[in-house]
Amino acid sequence: MTNVVEMKNITKVFPGVVANDSVNFELRQGEIHVLLGENGAGKTTLMNILYGLYEQTSGDIFINGKLQNIKDPSVAISLGIGMVHQHFMLVEPFTVTENIILGSETTTGFQNTKLDMETATNKVREISEQFGLAVDPNAKIHDISVGMQQRVEILKTLYRGAEILILDEPTAVLTPQEIIELGEILKKLVAQNKSIILITHKLKEVMAMSDRVTVVRRGRVIETLQKEETNIDELAELMVGRKVNLKVEKDEHEAGVDVLTVRNLQAENNRGAQALKGVDFEVKAGEIFAIAGVDGNGQTELVEVLTGLRKSSGGTFSIKGDDLTKASSKQILKHGLAHIPEDRHKRGLVLEHSLAENGCLGSHLNEPFSKKGLMNDKYIHEYTRNLIDEYDVRTPSEWVPAKSLSGGNQQKFIVAREMNRNPELIIASQPTRGVDVGAIEFIHKKLVEQRDMGKAILLVSLELDEVMALADRIGVIYDGQIVGIINGEDANERELGIMMAGGKAQKA
Amino acid sequence: MQMQRESKIKIAIDNIKFPLLAIVFSFIIGAFFIIWTGNNPGVAYVELFSGSLGTVSRFGETMLKTTPLIFTGLAVGFGYRCGLFNIGVEGQYILGTVFTISAGWIFRDLPGSILPVVLLIAGALGGAIWAFIPGILKAKRGVNEVIITIMLNYTALYIANYVVRAVLNPSILQGTEKKAYSVMIPEQGRLTMLTEIMPSFGYSSVNTGIFIAIIMAIITWFILFKTTLGYEVRSVGFNPYASEYGGISIAKNITLAMVISGALAGLAGAVMITGLTYKVDMASGMPGYGFDGIAVALVGKNHPIGILASAFLFGILKNGERKMQIAGIPKEVIGIIQSIIIIFIAAEAIGSYWPAIKRKLTGKKEEEVKAS
Amino acid sequence: MSKKAVALMLVLLLVGMMFAGCAQKEEPAPAAPEATTEEPTAPEATTETPEPAEPMVMGMITDTGGLGDQSFNDSAWLGLEKVEQDFGIERQVLESQSADDYMPNLVSFAEEQVNLIYGVGFLFDESMKTVADKFPDQKFAIIDSSGLEKDNVAEIVFAENEGSFLVGVIAGLKTETNVIGFIGGMKFPLIEKFEYGFKAGVKSVNPDAEVIVNYADSFEDSAKGKEIALVQHQAGADVIFHAAGGVGAGLIEAAKEEGFWAIGVDQDQSHLAPENVLCSMMKRVDVGVYKVAQSVIDGTFESGTIVFDAKNDGVGYSDLAGNLTDDLKAAADKYLEAIKAGTFAVPATEAEFDAFVAPAL
Repeated sequence: MTNVVEMKNITKVFPGVVANDSVNFELRQGEIHVLLGENGAGKTTLMNILYGLYEQTSGDIFINGKLQNIKDPSVAISLGIGMVHQHFMLVEPFTVTENIILGSETTTGFQNTKLDMETATNKVREISEQFGLAVDPNAKIHDISVGMQQRVEILKTLYRGAEILILDEPTAVLTPQEIIELGEILKKLVAQNKSIILITHKLKEVMAMSDRVTVVRRGRVIETLQKEETNIDELAELMVGRKVNLKVEKDEHEAGVDVLTVRNLQAENNRGAQALKGVDFEVKAGEIFAIAGVDGNGQTELVEVLTGLRKSSGGTFSIKGDDLTKASSKQILKHGLAHIPEDRHKRGLVLEHSLAENGCLGSHLNEPFSKKGLMNDKYIHEYTRNLIDEYDVRTPSEWVPAKSLSGGNQQKFIVAREMNRNPELIIASQPTRGVDVGAIEFIHKKLVEQRDMGKAILLVSLELDEVMALADRIGVIYDGQIVGIINGEDANERELGIMMAGGKAQKA
Repeated sequence: MQMQRESKIKIAIDNIKFPLLAIVFSFIIGAFFIIWTGNNPGVAYVELFSGSLGTVSRFGETMLKTTPLIFTGLAVGFGYRCGLFNIGVEGQYILGTVFTISAGWIFRDLPGSILPVVLLIAGALGGAIWAFIPGILKAKRGVNEVIITIMLNYTALYIANYVVRAVLNPSILQGTEKKAYSVMIPEQGRLTMLTEIMPSFGYSSVNTGIFIAIIMAIITWFILFKTTLGYEVRSVGFNPYASEYGGISIAKNITLAMVISGALAGLAGAVMITGLTYKVDMASGMPGYGFDGIAVALVGKNHPIGILASAFLFGILKNGERKMQIAGIPKEVIGIIQSIIIIFIAAEAIGSYWPAIKRKLTGKKEEEVKAS
Repeated sequence: MSKKAVALMLVLLLVGMMFAGCAQKEEPAPAAPEATTEEPTAPEATTETPEPAEPMVMGMITDTGGLGDQSFNDSAWLGLEKVEQDFGIERQVLESQSADDYMPNLVSFAEEQVNLIYGVGFLFDESMKTVADKFPDQKFAIIDSSGLEKDNVAEIVFAENEGSFLVGVIAGLKTETNVIGFIGGMKFPLIEKFEYGFKAGVKSVNPDAEVIVNYADSFEDSAKGKEIALVQHQAGADVIFHAAGGVGAGLIEAAKEEGFWAIGVDQDQSHLAPENVLCSMMKRVDVGVYKVAQSVIDGTFESGTIVFDAKNDGVGYSDLAGNLTDDLKAAADKYLEAIKAGTFAVPATEAEFDAFVAPAL
């Protein structure tokens, strides 16, 4: 088998950080090659170099055996490299075809000024059928599912003649069923001699989809393995650099009274469309209630309404019997809410503030954090130092701005702050998104600890594994509604997957 | 503990390093412009600094120039700390002067122990009211404060001209002939000239307004960094979403920050009236302190202590400029030096945002950029 | 990132050096004489050697309009230039950035002990009073203000109403639509003298004509001047006079585009649009400046008010472009002679205008 891509001794240095350290990477013709590593391990940097978004500090790239200088993505495209980013780059009101031809329009007529939509549409349909993508060329992007949108992105690269496809964390936005379908599409692609690089940090996908795996850790390639010759535990150890315990230790625990009660809750999203269409559930003291679902089914809006960051358009919710439907975020905080937000940079931290200033966020008006409008700096610093010590946040001191911490440490810091509030209710929204395995273990452990202490925990997660590992009860959200609530120990992935896709789940 | 101190000092050094460099480079580049106009930069700079710092009296004049710039710099800086770009300092200044004169007339019989305080409060109130309008519009309706404040600058100017002509004119209030300026504030309402206490200040008109300015800088620093109000304002300025999450009302803080910013601007007007001019002239254009305040705040990195320093720098440039002009060097040279300082510092700001811009362009995540 | 910025600055510097070097080589001539103008910075050391007598130094402080305003400040500076040429004095200028600069600028010149300090504009009056007290031996001159009552201040004032009256006569006779425009800078007494003098002139020859009066609230905003002029023209005005400094540039531009008559002010402005500037009302600030300088040079300086009016040709009208017919000139000159002879008084305020009865000549 020939190597279509060879990256030799690639080093990429960002100011102060070595993102890739003499990395060697090979992609064979017709294989699916997984690039496995934790967030921040340098896998996306490596692929951005291949796609021309970054320039390597040193090292050579050979495409089909020839040394190439890929100075920008247009060079990469001309060399037959296509990349599907984690965040899609699609124009929502445009049709599939319009999106696909954007930037490489076929034209006819005088001076080639007329857009030749017909030819383009036919070509899109042809490629779609060739690889079994089942994309309707005339559908508008905002009318099709996220999974479909991903296929449009794949189609776009194929339309431009890609022979080598790079997919960056493609499964993050997909339901279990969609992941299986994606796997089938990828198999069809390699069957027709395309070569695929898959970036992921999910071990199960590696086993399901790959031919070979290259494990990256801290900017270095640890090993390249044949899938058949390895297993999940070995990969996890290679990825993290030590033995990992993927199981969450959890005892039986008796649930108490209802802490959070949600009744027929409705809300609109930012575009004014109904995102929550009447949600009912309750979270009891001493239980972890998880909301499972595919991204964009109303989870964000649900959490924002419950934390006072978004106005509801109907229904009610209460904490320990106090109706807080119309309350501000400040009032809800006073009722014993702790909130680990889904986007730590947008909501969780004021990145420019020091850790100390972030440590008192939300409690800054309470004594002893402040008295009569004056900040008690001495106490705040002491308090923050304790948070840092207790939760093992890696930082030189509490004076440094929050932005100087790594993602995992930022998240640990937020968890520390929120849990130290001594709350009644913890709303944890994707608490382990984008953090390393070590931090995931730690955060999971802390959540279970809080549950055992009798706190009510609402966990919103897109990771089915996380939900199944932690939840005492699981509510599945689909299209703004809870389509079913099942007990944690009764749950299986297949059943949840069907419910998450809006299937007739309740009966299943 | 040692390490914490170090990181704190390091942050401070990082903050002043670049402005200092920018100033030095600006003077070097300014030198080439001076050569280009056929003058000797050495002579020019000697004139500049001897003209602004050479004698106690000239130092006094520099302090006089610095006084309003401290206030307007603080006004812009305070707004900016809350993420607001208050272009309206100019108009708030003007309204501050009008309120001061009005109060001076209304309370003309108050004794000298109270009147100056009343006048300063009146000026601050004028600026605060004028800033409240864009503040509340931004907070409640999300209207861009830049556009509103620019428009309100002109409104303020025309209101002031009208009031000076038709309400506060000595011809109307005192029955004299018509004047192009307002009535004067009474003697007992004026700030003390430093030269009355220290004769070495000579002919300089510098007055106790400079102390008020310095005290306001310290108070502003205290509010920003030691109170919950300042904490909330800065949090909203850095990240409104996270502030909202932390139970901080964005609307309240935006309005409040705007009002405080306006009060500082109005106070600038009050201090100039009570300390120097004692009247308001009809004017065909903006006094310019508000716009200078933007530059002062930028160079001072929106930090009250930095603003003190940068206002002093601008005071030196503006006062020293006189002697340079008398020496035949075009006044534009000073403008060029000021502009270069600002460009350099603005360039640094762009530089520090570059990773964020790049991330946006490439759709990359923070984690990868840091790749730690 | 900051390293890159430093590198960039160095590059800019080098480029700058090259340019500076070139500029100097190419123009050795201007560089050399300029060098001598620096010397007054050390007056004792250098000026003694080349010349036996120290030249007189006269300082002028502009108002916020500054040099290059095409009007008032430029006119004064021009007068001082003539003094420089005729008597070999040295002239210096300080441009005021804001009204708060007036006092410090006056003090700066007074500390230099120049022979005469001009404050260009009536807004200097209060500051000049104060500074004149502090420097009793220093000679000052203020333009457009009187009644300071200081022993060391000469007050140069003009009978703007008289000059405006003459162009009012011309406008009143020239108009075909019987609608005439007036654009003022700001509505304060000085500009009102222009307004009421002008209106009286119109009224004297054409009682039926209507004068539309607008104030621009600015002396710089030419775009606004143009806008007002176009509005007045739309309302029927075919002759428009301005007393608004730089605002008038907009009027003249509008006149050129739309083809109506503009009347200039202060200086002869016909060079801006020879086809459309009917004539200009002359206010000889340069003459006033020159006369006071002369009195200082020959030792006859006197404090108090010097009025420049029609009688001493301090105000008048000018027609360098030759747009006035002989009839128009004759009519204007008839009134000019009558004003000079004191046959009637030209109103300067609203009250005087209301009481004004057109003289029968």
